[in-house]
Amino acid sequence: MQFFGGGSLTSVAPEVTPSPAAPPGTGTGANAQVLYVFNRNGVCLLYREWHRPLHTLDPTQDHKLMFGLLFSLRSFTSKIDPTTAEKGNLGVPLLPGQGCSFYSFKTNTYKLNFMESPSGIKLILITHPRTGDQRDSLKHIYNLYVEYVVKNPLYAPGTPIK
Amino acid sequence: MALAAIYSLFIINKSGGLIYYKDYGSAGRMDTNDSLRLASLWHSMHAISQQLSPTPGCTGIDLLQAHNFDLHCFQSLTGTKFFVVCETGAPNMEMLLKVIYELYTDFVLKNPFYEMEMPIRCELFDLNLAQVIQKDRVALLGR
Repeated sequence: MQFFGGGSLTSVAPEVTPSPAAPPGTGTGANAQVLYVFNRNGVCLLYREWHRPLHTLDPTQDHKLMFGLLFSLRSFTSKIDPTTAEKGNLGVPLLPGQGCSFYSFKTNTYKLNFMESPSGIKLILITHPRTGDQRDSLKHIYNLYVEYVVKNPLYAPGTPIK
Repeated sequence: MALAAIYSLFIINKSGGLIYYKDYGSAGRMDTNDSLRLASLWHSMHAISQQLSPTPGCTGIDLLQAHNFDLHCFQSLTGTKFFVVCETGAPNMEMLLKVIYELYTDFVLKNPFYEMEMPIRCELFDLNLAQVIQKDRVALLGR
């Protein structure tokens, strides 16, 4: 399991606007390309990119689209789940633990790894399509988040991480 | 009973409408409206995922992994999407999707009474599909 060699969450960083992409090849095991952290309400708490040659939309649109996609995908997976007999309706917003959730999806150009904490914090890591299972890396990032961000007395929940 | 390697199969036309749905053993009953809604939802999400790609040339979601199931999707060059909901880690699903695509071209597209983009009601397609799924199941159980 390779952890990405990118900036840690505690580094002094500019605000949530995309930081300039690190040139590919820097850092060992740099497999990660983009990282997003969202809270329950869709506020993007953190966005980091290390290797993103193509930007289709401006940052706010991009965040909204990403959040919307994940929201609908969760609803979709919980409805299409073949192992549970009773399912809610499609339009109803789901609580963090409710219903079967997906942990990754793959396309031909990227792989998106997803993790949702019980408090509704969503972590998204976009990597190369042939990367292995990243659930442990995401847990590790979540632990960093808890350690340094949540326990920071000066941090106001719901605002972008600085 | 027999282990269902595949739980269900959906075929979506290029505008996102469901044209074929077959259930092979999901736990909950899904009525027609639900399956239609899920199919259109998948169609839109497949399109959105192409927009979020960090590198150019994305053709949409191929595999979705969840805790209880996997979903494999195959999109033909014409935009018709075939996706199967299967057990986590079920092997050879891409192969199966390609075989189903071949059956689709042979028994649906070559059927002179079939209207494009309409729901599939071709007996031979159903028959051959059932045979392929059965063979697949036997192969998996035989291991």
